Amino acid sequence: MTAPLAIIQGASKSFAGMDRPALDAITASITAGRLTGIVGPDAAGKTTLIRLMTGLVLPDHGDVSILDANTRSNPGTAQASIGYMPQRFGLYEDLSVQENLDLYADLQGISAAERNSAFDRLLDFTDLGAFRARLAGKLSGGMKQKLGLACALLRRPRLLLLDEPSVGVDPASRRELWAMVRGLVDPETAVVWSTSYLDEAERCDEVLLLSEGRLLYAGSPQGLTARVEGRVFRVRPEAGAKRTVLQHLESDPTIADAVLQGDSIRVMTRAHDKPAGLSSASAAAPRFEDAFVDLLGGSHLRDSPLAAAMRMIPASDTPVIEARGLTKQFGAFTAAENITFQVRPGEIFGLLGPNGAGKSTTFKMLCGLLRPTSGEGHVAGIDLRRAAPKARARLGYMAQKFSLYGELSVRQNLEFFAGVYGLTGTRRRDRVTTMIEVFELGPMAGRNAGALPLGFKQRLALACALLHEPDALFLDEPTSGVDPLARREFWSHINALVKKNVAVLVTTHFMEEAEYCDRISLIYRARLVADGSPDELKDAVRDADLPDPTMDDAFIRLIERSNAEREKP
Amino acid sequence: MTRPRQLGSFGRIAALARKEAKQIRRDPSSAVIVLFLPLFLLFLFGYGISLDAASVRLGVVLEERGPDARSLADAYANAPDFEVLLYPSRAEAERALRANQLRGFLVIPPDFSQRLHARGSWPAQIHIVTDGSQPNTAEIVANYSQGVLATWSTQFARDRGVASAPAISIEPRFWFNEDLRTRYNLVPGSIALVMTIIGTLLTALVVAREWERGTLEAVFATPVSALELLASKFIPYFLLALATMAACVAAAIFLFGVPFRGSFLAILALTAAFLAPALGQGLLISSAAKNQFVASQLALFSGFLPAMLLSGFMFEIESMPEPIRAITAIIPARYFVTGLQTVFLAGDVWEVLLPVMLKMLGLGAVLLFFAWRVTPKRIA
Repeated sequence: MTAPLAIIQGASKSFAGMDRPALDAITASITAGRLTGIVGPDAAGKTTLIRLMTGLVLPDHGDVSILDANTRSNPGTAQASIGYMPQRFGLYEDLSVQENLDLYADLQGISAAERNSAFDRLLDFTDLGAFRARLAGKLSGGMKQKLGLACALLRRPRLLLLDEPSVGVDPASRRELWAMVRGLVDPETAVVWSTSYLDEAERCDEVLLLSEGRLLYAGSPQGLTARVEGRVFRVRPEAGAKRTVLQHLESDPTIADAVLQGDSIRVMTRAHDKPAGLSSASAAAPRFEDAFVDLLGGSHLRDSPLAAAMRMIPASDTPVIEARGLTKQFGAFTAAENITFQVRPGEIFGLLGPNGAGKSTTFKMLCGLLRPTSGEGHVAGIDLRRAAPKARARLGYMAQKFSLYGELSVRQNLEFFAGVYGLTGTRRRDRVTTMIEVFELGPMAGRNAGALPLGFKQRLALACALLHEPDALFLDEPTSGVDPLARREFWSHINALVKKNVAVLVTTHFMEEAEYCDRISLIYRARLVADGSPDELKDAVRDADLPDPTMDDAFIRLIERSNAEREKP
Repeated sequence: MTRPRQLGSFGRIAALARKEAKQIRRDPSSAVIVLFLPLFLLFLFGYGISLDAASVRLGVVLEERGPDARSLADAYANAPDFEVLLYPSRAEAERALRANQLRGFLVIPPDFSQRLHARGSWPAQIHIVTDGSQPNTAEIVANYSQGVLATWSTQFARDRGVASAPAISIEPRFWFNEDLRTRYNLVPGSIALVMTIIGTLLTALVVAREWERGTLEAVFATPVSALELLASKFIPYFLLALATMAACVAAAIFLFGVPFRGSFLAILALTAAFLAPALGQGLLISSAAKNQFVASQLALFSGFLPAMLLSGFMFEIESMPEPIRAITAIIPARYFVTGLQTVFLAGDVWEVLLPVMLKMLGLGAVLLFFAWRVTPKRIA
C-alpha cells in the first residue's frame, strides 16, 4: 500500500462575503495510481479544494500536505511535485503553442537537454505538433485544454491537478481528453479531475463528492451507486402522458426521485420496492446521479404552484416560435446557417450543441437582439424584423448567468422587470406578490440578488421572465452547474408552464438537460445536423456496438456523420 | 527519480521578461500607448494649451476722451500681444466679454486725466476686467495690461520732464522666461505626465490583466517567486519607458524648439530615478487591485491626477495651501518636473538634480518594497 500523495486534514476555508465556509472541515487523501474526481455542482468548493492542494490558497484551519511537505510551512517543496491546470487554462493567448511551452519549461527549470524530448513527447501526446506556431488564443476550446495539459505535464508531476478541464469542450474532444488523462495515471502518479458533470464522476477510480463546502462522500463511485442498487426503475408512460405521470410520481412520498429521460421516466424508490401501481416499471442500472440525489435526501417536490399563476394559452397547431432559414454572418464567418424549426404551444424544444456552435446566435436572432443576414423569425406570429419590441413583449428570456441586478433586492428586481414589461398599478403589484409566493422568495425578498445562493438566483431569474405571462419562454443553459435537486425543481416549474401551453425554447450543451425536451435539434458548426425527440436521436445511432446509447453517444455519432457528409465532394 | 537541473532565479526572470517583450510587440495597443499617446499629449500641451497671451482680444472703454486717455488707448493698440477693440460704454464691453468675444477689457474712467495731473491726490486709476473663467489667461491679461501701463506712464513722465512716473503700483511677475514662453515650461512638465502614464498606468494594467485572464494562477503554481515576478515586469517596462522618454525628448527639442541646456547623461539618470517610483506604484496598484478596471482607476487617481495637478507642472507648488504642499512631497512627478525643467532650461545643475534624484529613488524603494510585500504567492 503506497502512502497518499496528498493529505487534506480537517481543512476549512472561508471567504469574506459568503454566509457559509467555502470548505468545511474536509479530510481526504489522494492516492497514486488513481484518477480522483472532485465532483459537485457550482459553488460546492471544488476550485478551492484544488487551490488548497496547489498551495495557492492556505486553509484557515487544518493542513494540506503534498508528499509530506506542508503547503503552509514548505510551499516550494509541495509545489515541486504538482502540475496544475487552472480553470482558465493559464495560457498566454498572445503567445504561440511553442512559446507557451518554452515559457513553462523555463519556469519549471527544465534544462535544454531534457527540453526537446519533453516537447516531442507532449506535442505527440496532445496531437498539437502541427500547430506549434499558432497563437494559443486561436486554438479551439479542446486544443487549448490540451495545451494547458501539456504545460502542466512538462515536468512529469507526481500529482496532476485539473480544474474543470471539460468545461467549454465539445463531447467528442471531452472524451479524447479523458482518454489522454486516463493514460497518465501510473503507479507513481495521481490525477485529480474536478467536474460538475456526474457522468464523468462515474468513470473516476475515486470520487470526493462536495456539496456546499462539505464532503458528502469519499470512495469509489461504484461504492456510492451500489447504495441505490435495486431501487432504480424505468417507467414508460403512454404517449402524451409523461408529464402527468412524472408530476404524480414527484409528489409520491415513497418515490425518492423521478426524472424525465426522453419518453421514459427514471424512478428511484425510497425502499427496495417497485414503485406502487406502475406495472410497466423495469429495473434500471443505478447511476451516480441517482446516488447523489439519494445522498441529498431525495427530491421533495410539491406540485408547482406556478400553473395556478399563469393564464391558459389556447392549444393550437400554429407555431409560437418559428425560425425560417435564419442565417447570420459576421464578416467572412458564418455563425448560423439556414436554421429552420418551429415550436408549438406546450412544447419544449432544445437546441443542443457545444460552445461556439451557433446556439446563442440563433437565440439572439429569435429574441430580436441580432438582425439576421437572411431568413426570418417569428414569435407569437409577429415578424421580428418588423416589430421586434412587440415580439419581445410576448416572450420571457432567462439568460445563462441570470441577468439580475446584484445590488437590487429580490423585490426590487421583480418590480424593475415588471416595469420593463409594461405592467402597471394593481397588476404589477399582484404579479410581483404572486411570483414571490410561487417561488417561495418571501424570506429573501429584502436581500440583494447578488448575495443569494445559486438556487435562489435561478428561481428569481425565472420569476422575472414570467411576470408578464409570456407565450414563449427562452432559456439559455438554464441548469448547467446547478445541483441535481435544484435542476429537478427548475424543471418541475417548466413542466407546469407547459401544461398552460407556453412554448419553451432551451439552448444547452448539457446532455441531461436535453432529456427534458420534447424535441431537439443538434446544432454544430453553424448548421442543424439532426433533429427529433431524444429517443429518436438515440435510436438513430443504436447498433450492435452501442445497444443503449446515451445522449452523449448520439451527439458524437451524429456529428461524425455530419462531418463525413460535409467532407464529401 | 532524478531531479531536473534548475535554471535558477535569473533563468526564470529572463523567461518571463522575454515573454513580456513578445506580448508588448504583439499587442497593437502597446504601440499606441508607447508612441502615439505620448506624442499626442505633448502636442496637446505644446500647442493646444499654451498659456501665452499671444493675440488676446482686449476691449478698451474710453469714458473720457482727452488726449492722455487716447494716448494710453493707443499704447494698448500698439502692444504686440493685444488686439484692441474700442467700446463706447462699460455695458457693451461687458456684453462682449460675456459673449466670449473678449478675454478682458479695461476702463479709462472719466476722471483719468484730472487725477493724472493732480499731484498729491489719488493716483490715476484704470479698471481691468478679465474673464475669470479662464484663470490662466485672466492672470496673464492682467499682468500684461499692467506692463503696458507701466511703459506708458514712464513715457508720460519723461515727456513732461518729471523725474519719477506718476504713482502707479506695478507688480512685476515674470522675472525669468523672459519671452514669457510657457511652452518651454509646459513641455518638460508634460513629459513628466506622459512618463507617469507609461510607468504607472501601463504597469498597473499589465499585471492586473494577468490576474483577470488567470495566467498568474498557473505561473504561481511554478517555482517563480514574487520577487522574480516583479523583476520580470519591471525590466521590460523600464526599457520601454526609456524608449518613450527618448522619443519625448527628441520631440521637445526638434518639434517644440525647447532649449536643451543640460546633458543626455543627466536626463538618463533623472529618468531612471523617476521610473523606480513610477513603476513601483504601478506594480503596487496591480497587485492590490487584480482587475484592470480598478487598476486603471487607481492609477488615474493616484498617478496621473497628482502628476497633473500637484507636480508644479500646471500650478505653482509655492502658491498651494500648506497641507497640499506637504502632500506634493510624496509625488514623484514633482521632483521629475523640477529635474526636467532644470536640465532643459538651466543645464546640469547637480545641486538641484542630485537631491531630486535621491528623493525619487527613496520613494521608489518604499513603493517597490510594498509591492513586493503585497504581491502574494497566493491567490486568496
